[in-house]
Amino acid sequence: MSGFLGLVRRDLLLAWRQGGEIGLAVGFFVLAVVLFPFGVGPEPELLRRVSGGIIWVAALLAAVASLDRIFAADHADGGLDLMALSPLPLAAAVLAKCAAHWLTTGLPLTVVSPALALIVDMDPADMPVLALGLLIGTPALSLIGAIGAALTLGARRPGVLSALLVLPLYLPPLIFGTGAAAARLGGGEGRAHLLLLGAFSLAAAVLAPLAAAAALRDALE
Amino acid sequence: MIARFANPARFMRMSAALLPWVSVLAAIAIAAGLAWALVFAPPDYQQGESVRIMFIHVPAAWMASFVYLLMAAASVVALVWRHPLAEIAAQAAAPVGAAFTLVCLATGSLWGRPMWGAWWVWDARLTSVLVLFFLYLGYIALVNAFDDPARGARAGSLLALVGVVNLPIIKFSVDWWNTLHQPASVIRMGGPTIDISMLLPLLVMAAGFMLLFAALLLVRMRTMLNERRVRALRLQG
Repeated sequence: MSGFLGLVRRDLLLAWRQGGEIGLAVGFFVLAVVLFPFGVGPEPELLRRVSGGIIWVAALLAAVASLDRIFAADHADGGLDLMALSPLPLAAAVLAKCAAHWLTTGLPLTVVSPALALIVDMDPADMPVLALGLLIGTPALSLIGAIGAALTLGARRPGVLSALLVLPLYLPPLIFGTGAAAARLGGGEGRAHLLLLGAFSLAAAVLAPLAAAAALRDALE
Repeated sequence: MIARFANPARFMRMSAALLPWVSVLAAIAIAAGLAWALVFAPPDYQQGESVRIMFIHVPAAWMASFVYLLMAAASVVALVWRHPLAEIAAQAAAPVGAAFTLVCLATGSLWGRPMWGAWWVWDARLTSVLVLFFLYLGYIALVNAFDDPARGARAGSLLALVGVVNLPIIKFSVDWWNTLHQPASVIRMGGPTIDISMLLPLLVMAAGFMLLFAALLLVRMRTMLNERRVRALRLQG
């Protein structure tokens, strides 16, 4: 357990000291959201109808843009080899790195999302569902993104390639997360959607580290 | 049985013997199926003659899903048993499966325009097939993204497995999201609801597509094995 927490702490320290990691993710998120009113027009009714979708799509894009942070630096300087040789199982190391990635990407996005939702004219009553959905769903984005990042280590153009691989796999969280907001708009509750989103995140927490660890072992050979 | 086919040289001999038969049978089945479908099968009482595109659209859709399952199975065999031909089979099947998916999407679009009045709708099944197409493209891109072909093959095997686990999840989530496409009328509980005069040419076309896939797979696998030999010879100098 101490190895796991030590790895999380190390990644958090690196992200903090390398400065701007959190800021970059949030900045990209904000910019992506800001693009939409320019694209579809600033009418408040139109924006309110699609506000949940805009926030979620922007969160997905920000997650995809930050994936190269997970493994690339450690792969380049040999830290990944040490992690593979350590007593901590490689899948646990991957889970630790995903947790750190979520703390520096998904969690800041979730915190910023209500304020950002005001820009796209979301009804404040809908914001708790949006924020809760992002809180539950963004861990899945980090975990599945880790699979993509691990598979593309050492590939040509790893950034674009992992985006191509990972975006189809991001569709279930997107559908359930925006579905929760839409269900709320329709007068119902988003509870079923949020529960399914939670199930998806939990399944990803179990399966994704195994897949990513297998991909990392291939990359390290 | 799988171990028998592990020897590439034996595979080359067997496929050389099989290929002419499979190709001829495929040609006969598709020709007969097309003739039956386009000329002899009855027009639909509602859709008229434009129902005939179904005889290409539905078998292509079946093949699209089947080929991905085959790729996933081959990936399991490659990862677990390190079977030398399994990765070659998966990589050979991928572009053919992607082509079947594209045919399914294109013929569906051509069919949808007269039927629904739209080239494309975001229905559950259309969306799932589109995602399947992207999964194929991602697999092909990943396998070809490495300078070391062995690394690309292993990465592709993992990706195929991740995709196959996520495919039913995508299917369910998109199902709850939006449904307009006709529900299943062939493979369903209670037997097919389609009339026998249309079911038979459909099955003939499906058999023809399956044989076509087998022929293409064998050709591609033989080509890839020959490419490997050429690479090895070049390295020997």
